[in-house]
Amino acid sequence: MSLITDNNLGPDADAVYTSLLDAMQGMDAAQACRFNTRLVLILLNQVGDPSVIREAIRLAHQGINEQ
Amino acid sequence: MSEAGYQPFEVKRVPELSGAPPHRYRVAIIGAGPIGLAAAIDLAQHDIPVVLLSDNNAVSTGSRAICWAKRTLDILDRLGVGERMVAKGVTWQTGRLFHGHDEVFNFDLLPDDGHKMPAFINLQQYHVENFLVERAKEFSDLIDLRFSNRVVSHEADDSGVRLTIDTDDGAYEITADYVMACDGAGSPTRKRMGLSFEGQSFEERFLIADIEMHEDPFPEAGRPERWFWFKPPFHEGQSALLHKQPDNIYRIDLQLGPDADPELEKQPDRVLPRIRQVVGDKPFKLDWVSVYRFRCARLKQFVHGRLLFVGDSAHVVSPFGARGGNGGIHDVDNLCWKLAAILKGTAAPTLLHSYEEERGHGADENIRHSAGATRFMSPVSEVERMYRDEVLDLAADLPFARSLINSGRLSTPCALTGMSLQTTDEESTDSTDFKPASSVGCVAPDLPINSEQWLLPLLGRAFVVLVVDAQTPADLGALPGVSVVSIKASEVATRRYGKGVFLIRPDQHIAARWPADHADVQAISRAMKQALGAGQGLAA
Repeated sequence: MSLITDNNLGPDADAVYTSLLDAMQGMDAAQACRFNTRLVLILLNQVGDPSVIREAIRLAHQGINEQ
Repeated sequence: MSEAGYQPFEVKRVPELSGAPPHRYRVAIIGAGPIGLAAAIDLAQHDIPVVLLSDNNAVSTGSRAICWAKRTLDILDRLGVGERMVAKGVTWQTGRLFHGHDEVFNFDLLPDDGHKMPAFINLQQYHVENFLVERAKEFSDLIDLRFSNRVVSHEADDSGVRLTIDTDDGAYEITADYVMACDGAGSPTRKRMGLSFEGQSFEERFLIADIEMHEDPFPEAGRPERWFWFKPPFHEGQSALLHKQPDNIYRIDLQLGPDADPELEKQPDRVLPRIRQVVGDKPFKLDWVSVYRFRCARLKQFVHGRLLFVGDSAHVVSPFGARGGNGGIHDVDNLCWKLAAILKGTAAPTLLHSYEEERGHGADENIRHSAGATRFMSPVSEVERMYRDEVLDLAADLPFARSLINSGRLSTPCALTGMSLQTTDEESTDSTDFKPASSVGCVAPDLPINSEQWLLPLLGRAFVVLVVDAQTPADLGALPGVSVVSIKASEVATRRYGKGVFLIRPDQHIAARWPADHADVQAISRAMKQALGAGQGLAA
């Protein structure tokens, strides 16, 4: 399996994105940081496949390097 | 420890300083710690005479290496001290992991049954050394034990290694075909050669304290536990470990942080209050205290002509995972049968390349695991610390997070799959006959043969053709120095092996395997030649 870069959330994409933002509403930066860390850990385990995770890490990292 | 344990070993005047004619030695071993002693016994069991040179005349001070893992116990059982170690040692049962005040989870440390040896025992290094010295003395015609014989220089060439040795009676020289440098992390041999010892240093300082305490700190008396704390409430911001050794000795490890002053932290007025916070008001006395920093490093090459580095002289790791002492014993297990085969002329000296290949892989694996544990315990940045803390927080409820907690990945044998000495499965092999636990390159899994006998003690020392629930191939008598062990199907045998024919190396690793109808004497002979170094890249 390789990393999915096309929309995989279907018509719910907007709602999913909103629920992510809602969850962080009212958090200060430190709390939001903790929240994101926990979410990453939980989703890493859900994805499971190490090659997909490494590909996602590479993609995310690339964006940071470009700035 | 008891005073008896510190009784010095007898120092004898050596024949070289008593007018005896020069003697050419087969193998000289520098260092009589667990690694040097185990190597001497292993070679003696292969009928190779050795001279063992120790720069002191007593066992180690302080408990030092205390955790001995199943594979190491299997090896030490092959060397004749395994049962004694298990009888004296403390077998762990329950592990508990705390984060602050709270227990995050606890786990059973016992492996599935059907193994002669337990998953781990705790036993002080000085007991192990005493057992090994006593065992070595049983080979009085093969092991020449020389305490207080300090090697001060060496000179190696293509034909042998010349050592200059200092004693209280004067200095003398000997020449040996091979020298094993088992002289520890600070190896004088390595330093004399100016070899680079590359790796990573860690800034954190740790305090080890051994205390003697007669009241059991664990909730169920008589059931030893291993307690590990992240952010212990009694020791702000760091980690702590408590576990039990024999003779009512408890080991306490406290992470002190990078700025701790080692001399100050060793003082009883600093140490005692810390320990009271771990064990409460139970009376105890201090047995040994050490403050240390560590690094993960290895020699690029372990084999330097006829000079071989073994154990800590070749590679050092952080203590998390107990991969130092255990890894060194695995080196011995890997090297000694090869050296014996070379000295007996059944293998070419190039067989030593496979020691480099296989144990270099082992050292890298040990360094990787111990560096990973160190990073989890001492995060190097704020964001790493946050991930670590969230893993600990999630672990109370989510099993997946527990598997990310790393307070040391305990030593396990590494697989030698795909390396030069192993014969890859034939493509036509029907894999349904076999089980993953007995893949080529793995240590042969143990199993009970009957109510008194185990499989592993029947393997080792020589090559063995192990036949599991299959017909023994014909004409195996044509293979010199090979014995045959045949076992019937059983629930455990089927679960760990499946069925077929396995070629087992003298270090109990699986060199090749065949489905019953593919195993013939020619195929086994070819695999054995390969396991003795005749394969590609190792040809004499």
